[in-house]
Amino acid sequence: MATEDGGSGLNIHPMDQFLVKPLFGNDGTISMFTVTNVTLWLAIAVGCVVALMVLGTRGRAIVPSRSQSIAEVIYGFVHKMVEDIAGKEGLKYFPYIFTLFIFILVANVIGLLPTSFTTTSHIAVTATMAIAVFLVVTVLGFVKNGASFLSLFWISSAPLVLRPILALIEVISYFVRPVSHSIRLAGNMMAGHAVIKVFAGFAVVYWIAPASIVAITAIYALETLVVCIQAYVFTILTCVYLNDALHPHH
Amino acid sequence: MAIEGDLVQMGAYVGAGLACTGMGGAAVGVGHVVGNYLSGALRNPAAAAGQTATMFIGIAFAEALGIFSFLVALLLMFAV
Repeated sequence: MATEDGGSGLNIHPMDQFLVKPLFGNDGTISMFTVTNVTLWLAIAVGCVVALMVLGTRGRAIVPSRSQSIAEVIYGFVHKMVEDIAGKEGLKYFPYIFTLFIFILVANVIGLLPTSFTTTSHIAVTATMAIAVFLVVTVLGFVKNGASFLSLFWISSAPLVLRPILALIEVISYFVRPVSHSIRLAGNMMAGHAVIKVFAGFAVVYWIAPASIVAITAIYALETLVVCIQAYVFTILTCVYLNDALHPHH
Repeated sequence: MAIEGDLVQMGAYVGAGLACTGMGGAAVGVGHVVGNYLSGALRNPAAAAGQTATMFIGIAFAEALGIFSFLVALLLMFAV
């Protein structure tokens, strides 16, 4: 990456916000158990989820408080989504899918706070979740259906000549699922925050600054939409994969 | 005119930029999915609510191919 520091005053480093830094100690080395800013913001996201879902719904009131109604709306939304896409059998795995949704949603929204760190912009974080989903779904498919899970790749409604070719395509598309699943979320988060940072970099030139602030506001509004949609998309794809594992017959 | 610097590095950066044009295709695809959803939804608004999930799945699959070009760009920038 170009790192020239000219005297022009326009130094835009949009990717600097994604640097992983250790919180304690200044030698800058990161080993497996170093507490970094990623660790901190992941912990904050988990803390917010606990605060919303456990402390917020503690009252169990008939007329819900504000935090309780937020939690209930999210719960009902995900419950309906799992039931619609994966069917009644899929509801058994609702806790896992709900955990994924609420964690991604909260981590994304917290990442939008100024000076915070977007943990979901790191492929390491999203790939962990995507690979977990992939393994769970694959194991579940074989446990539930045995060898007939492989009929997911053998499309019996297609002409016989085409079936081997389609099987190859289906196998490839099955194995790139965790790649697209993880990079979709990480890429969207990274790109959105980098764009905001680029416009923030333009603000140092005084005659562009008003336009820059308007642009940041507009893109921030767009990002608020995008973070929710990406959490939704990640979850709905998990439901689709789960449905494939539970009902592999086309 | 002599070119100074690492020619392979330059090629990787040019390739990364070219790979990003693939994302334009994903943009066309996503726009097509949503546009067709909307035109269908305006013809039959009663059936629209039940199909939003299908639309998002379609968006996700169309977007996946743009993600692959983004992945190629990332690999050229940081891995090659």
